[in-house]
Amino acid sequence: MDESFTFLLSIFPRLLAAVPLTLALTAISGVIGNALAVPVALARLSPNPLLWMPSALYILLMRGTPLLVQTYLIYYGLGEILPGSFIQQTFLWEYLKDGFWYAVFAFSLNTAGYTGEILRGAMSAVPRGEIEAAKAYGMSSGQILWRVTLPRAIQICLPAMSGETILLLKATSLASLITVWDIMGTARQIQKESYRIYEPLIAAGIIYIVTVFILTRLLNGLERRINQHRAAPQSA
Amino acid sequence: MDTSPSLLALMSFGHDGWGARFVDGLVVTVEVSLAAYAVSLVFGLLGAGAKLSPYKWLRSIADVYTTLVRALPELLLLLLVYYSGADAIKFLLSFLGDDYEDVEVDPFAAAVMALGFIGGAYMTEVMRGAIQSIPVGQIEAAKACGMSPLLRVRRIILPQMLRFALPGMSNLWLNATKDSSLISVLGSFQDILFMGYRAASTTKHYSYFYTMTALCFLLITLVSMAGIRFLEARVNRGYK
Amino acid sequence: MDTTLKVEDLHKRFGDAEVLKGVSLSANTGDVIAMIGSSGSGKSTLLRCINLLETPNSGRVYVNGELIRMKAMPDGTAKPEDQKQVERIRSKLAMVFQNFNLWSHRTILENVIEAPVHVLGVPKKEAIEKAEALLAKVGIADKRNFYPNHLSGGQQQRAAIARALAMDPSVLLFDEPTSALDPELVGEVLQVMRKLAEEGRTMLVVTHEMGFARDVASQIVFLHKGQIEEQGTPSEVIGHPKSERLKQFLSSTRH
Repeated sequence: MDESFTFLLSIFPRLLAAVPLTLALTAISGVIGNALAVPVALARLSPNPLLWMPSALYILLMRGTPLLVQTYLIYYGLGEILPGSFIQQTFLWEYLKDGFWYAVFAFSLNTAGYTGEILRGAMSAVPRGEIEAAKAYGMSSGQILWRVTLPRAIQICLPAMSGETILLLKATSLASLITVWDIMGTARQIQKESYRIYEPLIAAGIIYIVTVFILTRLLNGLERRINQHRAAPQSA
Repeated sequence: MDTSPSLLALMSFGHDGWGARFVDGLVVTVEVSLAAYAVSLVFGLLGAGAKLSPYKWLRSIADVYTTLVRALPELLLLLLVYYSGADAIKFLLSFLGDDYEDVEVDPFAAAVMALGFIGGAYMTEVMRGAIQSIPVGQIEAAKACGMSPLLRVRRIILPQMLRFALPGMSNLWLNATKDSSLISVLGSFQDILFMGYRAASTTKHYSYFYTMTALCFLLITLVSMAGIRFLEARVNRGYK
Repeated sequence: MDTTLKVEDLHKRFGDAEVLKGVSLSANTGDVIAMIGSSGSGKSTLLRCINLLETPNSGRVYVNGELIRMKAMPDGTAKPEDQKQVERIRSKLAMVFQNFNLWSHRTILENVIEAPVHVLGVPKKEAIEKAEALLAKVGIADKRNFYPNHLSGGQQQRAAIARALAMDPSVLLFDEPTSALDPELVGEVLQVMRKLAEEGRTMLVVTHEMGFARDVASQIVFLHKGQIEEQGTPSEVIGHPKSERLKQFLSSTRH
């Protein structure tokens, strides 16, 4: 037991060194995915079937199949197609040898589907009157979208979106299955080297819990800042 | 790239095709999902009961359970519970005598326990919320009729809870089918994703077979969604 | 006197129901027109057709002599020919809504400068100075950094009036501005509106407040079932109603 504990402590530095990679996966996929969610939600709400039908299908595919399958499809599928294509001649090829960018690609697309659906709901929950006021004051439809509908919708779905971000952080552990040495990948690496099953998983688990805890606090703080209009009034 | 007739042949049900093996995989995935879901219902009921119990120590255990599970990646939890679950069962069996020392814990049972344990934490929250949505008056009315606590749970709380819990429970079923894909990592199960992985790496038709795998999961999702719609219509009779 | 707003033969149908059956109306600079009538008479719809929040089926609207160009659609409805023109004209017809409709993600000051800055292109600094003056005028300068949800209904409506004034509108449209307020908050909003009328603002007010209509309006229009039943000065309309319906309406609103 004592020896096991010493081992547990000894692998912490190596696992902690992988935290930035996990955070990078989360942050990059989160930013790209949430940005893509905007056109997905807009298309989903369009009355034009050429827009809403592809969007609905996209959301169904992303939410209706496992992220792991999506990740494999992109990693192995693109790995099958890209070599020999023009991509190999470009600077992008340097990046595409690594699983990291395939993981980012898969997680971003997946996030866009989930957040797109959340955003769609929030956009239809924006009070009609506020949109009408924007119309009555001569705003163009683009201005109404960017200055009223979207900011209001994002406020409305912020709690759901921060929940999604935590789920994304946890989901990045799947990248370990396509040779990315994030926290989970490093833990599995240590498992293989040391023939120990539990210690690497437990150490990684502790790191994940602390990371999730800190991220939750940060997101809650952000949410409070953005949703000031719901909080108690400040004196002028 | 091969032409499409040969790709179709790859999915055929004949000796050379992967069709039959994909169907086998589909069956394994559905079995694991169903069993894991059943286990998560048990964990969920126990967890919700503990969270709403008057005993602080029970509430604390349930809080630790849901907080930890929801903060840990599913993959990590699966590996942890899968291995330690087998060891724990072996450890318990060892008390029964030396006869059980060589018992191999069924990997299916271990994986189902692991997935059910994970799903149970989310189920706990769904059920707790649903129980709290039941109007207090209804439970008081049951008390006033002289129902025992157990009778109240069975006749009033559970049936009413179902209505409030159904959306969350439906969602968790869809999650259970998707999370079941993680067991392919364990290497002992021939579920759809494992079959897809095998087929893809054997034939080198990666995008084709992973697309097929995704479509199998999509099929499960679509059938489930149809079933959920049917159930919701039934459960909400008399409320809408 | 200039005709600031002219409405000619306006028709509006919702499905089979004809809500406006040919309404004509004109307002000169400085006119305060109060529109009264029971609910369902079409008075709010008329107001909303003027700034095209509802699209009239037929009829013409002129603002400062400029016709809002419409084209008839095959299904009997109409559509504005030029959305840009609609947006430009809307910016001259500031509306005050029954439910305030302040943008709840922006502070009171931000609400007031939003359209001047982003629709009219007023420099932000200038817009802020003006907004502060307007907020002082409606008596809520101290609430400039509050969010709408933190204000009482009366304060929100006064903020909405400041938002409307910030556009330097040719006409102010009021759609039952006090109907959503608690009785004790009605007075503070009416007082602001009185002040605006005294300044010579052109106002079109849909209201149930007969006292306000009598004291402040230069003209009262009584709508009934989508048509103008009677119109004239307050003393004519309220003092000497001619039609049975108006007499009935007045006796039902007088306490």
